[in-house]
Amino acid sequence: MNHQFKLLRKESYSGLIGNLLKSQQVYGPVKQEGYTYYKRISYPDEITEDYIIPQMSAKSFVFPKIEKLFSFVKSKDGVRVEDKNLDTIPKKVIFGVRPCDATGIHNLSAIFLWEPEDSIFKKRREQTTIISFACSSADDYCFCTSLGGGPGNTAGSDIQLIKTGTNDYLAEIITPKGAEIVSSNPGLFEDVDSVEKEKYLVRLPVCFDDSELEDKITDAFDTAIFDDLSMKCVGCGACAFICPVCGCFDIQDETKGSMGQRVRIWDSCGLRQFTLHTSGHNPRDTQGARYRQRLMHKFSYMPDRLGVKGCVGCGRCSRACPVEINIHENLQQITKLVKIHKHE
Amino acid sequence: MEKLREIAGELLKSNDVKVVIGYTKGMNNKVTPFFAKKQEDIAKLICGNSCAQNLAVYLYKKDISDLGKPAIVANIHTLRGIMRLAVEKQIDKKEMIILAIDNAGDIQKLDNLSDLENYLSSVIPQLNEEDQQMLDELNRMTPGERMVFWKQEMKKCIKCYACRQACPLCYCTRCTVEENQPQWIPVASSVVGNLEWHMMRAMHLSGRCVECGQCGKVCPVNIPIHLLPVRIAQEMKTLYGTSTGISLSEKCDMSTFKPDDKENFIG
Repeated sequence: MNHQFKLLRKESYSGLIGNLLKSQQVYGPVKQEGYTYYKRISYPDEITEDYIIPQMSAKSFVFPKIEKLFSFVKSKDGVRVEDKNLDTIPKKVIFGVRPCDATGIHNLSAIFLWEPEDSIFKKRREQTTIISFACSSADDYCFCTSLGGGPGNTAGSDIQLIKTGTNDYLAEIITPKGAEIVSSNPGLFEDVDSVEKEKYLVRLPVCFDDSELEDKITDAFDTAIFDDLSMKCVGCGACAFICPVCGCFDIQDETKGSMGQRVRIWDSCGLRQFTLHTSGHNPRDTQGARYRQRLMHKFSYMPDRLGVKGCVGCGRCSRACPVEINIHENLQQITKLVKIHKHE
Repeated sequence: MEKLREIAGELLKSNDVKVVIGYTKGMNNKVTPFFAKKQEDIAKLICGNSCAQNLAVYLYKKDISDLGKPAIVANIHTLRGIMRLAVEKQIDKKEMIILAIDNAGDIQKLDNLSDLENYLSSVIPQLNEEDQQMLDELNRMTPGERMVFWKQEMKKCIKCYACRQACPLCYCTRCTVEENQPQWIPVASSVVGNLEWHMMRAMHLSGRCVECGQCGKVCPVNIPIHLLPVRIAQEMKTLYGTSTGISLSEKCDMSTFKPDDKENFIG
């Protein structure tokens, strides 16, 4: 893919954010008590560049933890239902999204824009512009390159900024939405001749073959490996909620008197109640069965049905796991499976 | 470490226990829970100050109980967790071997709950310095300031329930927070819902919390949530002079009453 590149000098960087702040909501990575979160900013210098990845992914911009779907009022004449007014979803630009998080939004779109399209998700996606920061550093948990991603991956981004040796930025223009930002800030972006993006990116070794992973995990369905890998799992939803691609949700009615709203909230296949039937029967009664679903969905079902993976290799779930279940380690173990040990 | 492996190895060899619940070094040098089932697993067992997780939570997990009689490597948090679970009749009938490890790294093999009670009789529970500092800071605040502090923290909560799942005393198989017809407290992760959830959990743990701090350690968004139950535990100590997870004869102070209890807090 041949994207156009421009040069955004360090002197123009704050100017760009300042200009964007005049026309829309701007979010970016902000330090809070030593941790980084994507937060709304009022001034350009609130944005930090000193982070590997923020604590929470960027998925909440398109798939918030609570999404009102519609509201309802009961009266003598019946029930009046009012759809969510999509015009209330504001335009936002998100600065400093990591390429893995932008890819997460791209992959999440494959779920939500699958027929029938989710109108709320679609509107949020349309209203959100993503200006990603390419990665010049990584930590022990990052493994995007093993899943076909990379520190300069552009999926999901509208513009990607790559910091150069002179602390200026190369701006890679990826989508028409990105091009519009460049054209509406004419004085800030300069033409650039030769571009060597790669030399500014962190090198992250590929640790396993992802096509082999898909074959091996699909074959491993009936094996005991998922029970072994998840024996220490305590069954919380931390991995799913901080995951940039986990899209499962629960629907709840929140009522007060004769009115209320129906909301969509994050859910997780790792929670026991996720598949609990009214009868009391639970088709995924063990943590092993639930962990199998988690991994199969990400690395077998999604690639098979939607053409994208349910994981971008950000490593957040491993960082957050209360018992140090490391997905990277688990995937390596699965790709090394030769002759599978069957359930007795 | 050698002594632990020696004892654990013998236990597995004699076929007395089927699994040793302990710790190992995982990826990126992180300490992680580990289940040694075979002789070759023994060399992977580790112990030391970094092995801080409360492992008592695994004693009532079905997948692990199904393996057979366990031995469990136990730091002070795990020991108190085991004791409290026994007091609350969750594992009082369970056969197990406890490998108690003190701060100096000395190991003692405890064969039953009375051994555990003896062992714990010489232990004085102490809160770590960092937690005590944070609590002191909270105690200095006015109630209004504390409310602001917690509301701010609750904004971060994503209701993943890592706090609940990692807590050995949160063993209810069905939690009120998951009931949705009616919703006793909001299921969604709103600020009010989050606050209600954590207040409810803290109250439910009052007189039961063993002060291991596991709930705060595991929070993926770094809310120091353990300070709520730990603060209440301190209050219980002041009010009733009791500690939890120490003795087989301890009660649940908040669900026990005496006819001559003072009622001067009413009205």
